[in-house]
Amino acid sequence: MKPKNENSSSKTITYLFTALISIVFVLILMFTDKGDMIITELKDFSFSMLTILPAVILLMGLFNVWVTKEHVMKWLGKESGIKGIVISFVFGALPTGPLFVAFPIAATLKKKGASILNIVIFLSAWGCVKIPQEIIELQYLGLKFMLTRLVLTISFITIMGIIIENFMEEQQENKSKIQINNKKR
Amino acid sequence: MKITTLIINLIVITGIIISAAYNKEKTKQALQSSWKMFVKLLPALIMMMLLVSLVLGLIPRNTIAALMGEKAGWWGFSAMAVLGAVAHIPSLIAFPLSGSLLSEGAGVSTIAVFITTLTMIGVVTLPLEIKTMGKKFTILRNGISFIVAVIIALIMGVIL
Repeated sequence: MKPKNENSSSKTITYLFTALISIVFVLILMFTDKGDMIITELKDFSFSMLTILPAVILLMGLFNVWVTKEHVMKWLGKESGIKGIVISFVFGALPTGPLFVAFPIAATLKKKGASILNIVIFLSAWGCVKIPQEIIELQYLGLKFMLTRLVLTISFITIMGIIIENFMEEQQENKSKIQINNKKR
Repeated sequence: MKITTLIINLIVITGIIISAAYNKEKTKQALQSSWKMFVKLLPALIMMMLLVSLVLGLIPRNTIAALMGEKAGWWGFSAMAVLGAVAHIPSLIAFPLSGSLLSEGAGVSTIAVFITTLTMIGVVTLPLEIKTMGKKFTILRNGISFIVAVIIALIMGVIL
C-alpha cells in the first residue's frame, strides 16, 4: 500500500509543478523581450528529446517483455567471484523497470543465498548504470563525460560492495559468537 | 541529427522487427508498456522542456557559472549533491537539464555529483529499501553511496 501512496503523491506534485511552470513560462514569454531566444531553445531541445527519447522508451518496453523478473532471478545469485560481479552488473544495467522493482528481487536473491557484494552491485547498477540512462547521458553530456563516469562508478560500486559485505558479515559473526556464548552459559 | 541518435534508433527499430518476427503478441505488449511509460513520463518531460528553455534563454551564462561553476566552490557542489540525493526526477529527464547547465558554465564535478547522487540514492525509496533489505544494509548502502558519489565527482572534476 505504501509505495502506491507515495507514487500518487509524487505524481500530484509533478502535475502541480508542470502546471506552475507552464504558467510561469507563458507569463515570462509575455513580459520579457527574450521570448524569441526562449522559443528557439525550446525548439532545439524538443527536437533533440523527440529524436532520442522514443527509441530509449521502446528499448525499455522490449526488455520489459523479453527479460522478466524470473530470468533475472535464475541468472543472479548462483555465481560468485568475478563472474558473479559481472553478471550482477549486466543484469542491473539491463533496461528493466524503476528502482522499486529491484528491491523485492534483491530481497529474494538474499534469501536464496546471493552474496551481499553481488546484491549491492545489482542494486547500485540498477540505479545508476542503466543502459537507457547511459544512452541519454552520451547524447547530452558527451562520450568523454559518460565513459569517465561509467568507469569510475563501476569501480567504486565494486569497492562499496566489498566494504558493505565486510560490515554485514562482521555483524553476523558477532551475533553468532554471542549466541554461542549464551548457549555455553 | 547526431550520428549516435541515428544508430540507437536503427538498433531499436531492428530490435522491434526481430521481436515481432519471433512473437507478435509479446511485441504488442512491449509497445503497450512503452506507451504507458511515455504517458507516465510526459508531465515531467514537458516540465523539463519548459524549464530548460527558460534557463538557457533567460539566465545569463555568468549567473549559472557563478552558482554552479568551479568558482562557486563547496557551496554549489554540496547543494547539488544534496539536491540529487533528495530529488525524485526521472534520470532520463535530468540528464538533458544537466547537459544544458554544463554547456552554460556549470562545473563538471558539480554536475557529476548531482547525476551520481540522483541515480545512486533514493530518499523516496528508502522505506521500501529498509523493508526489503533491512535498516543496516540501507543505511550503509545509501551512506557510502553519497561518499562515493562525492569522490567520483571530485575525480571527474580533476580529469575532465
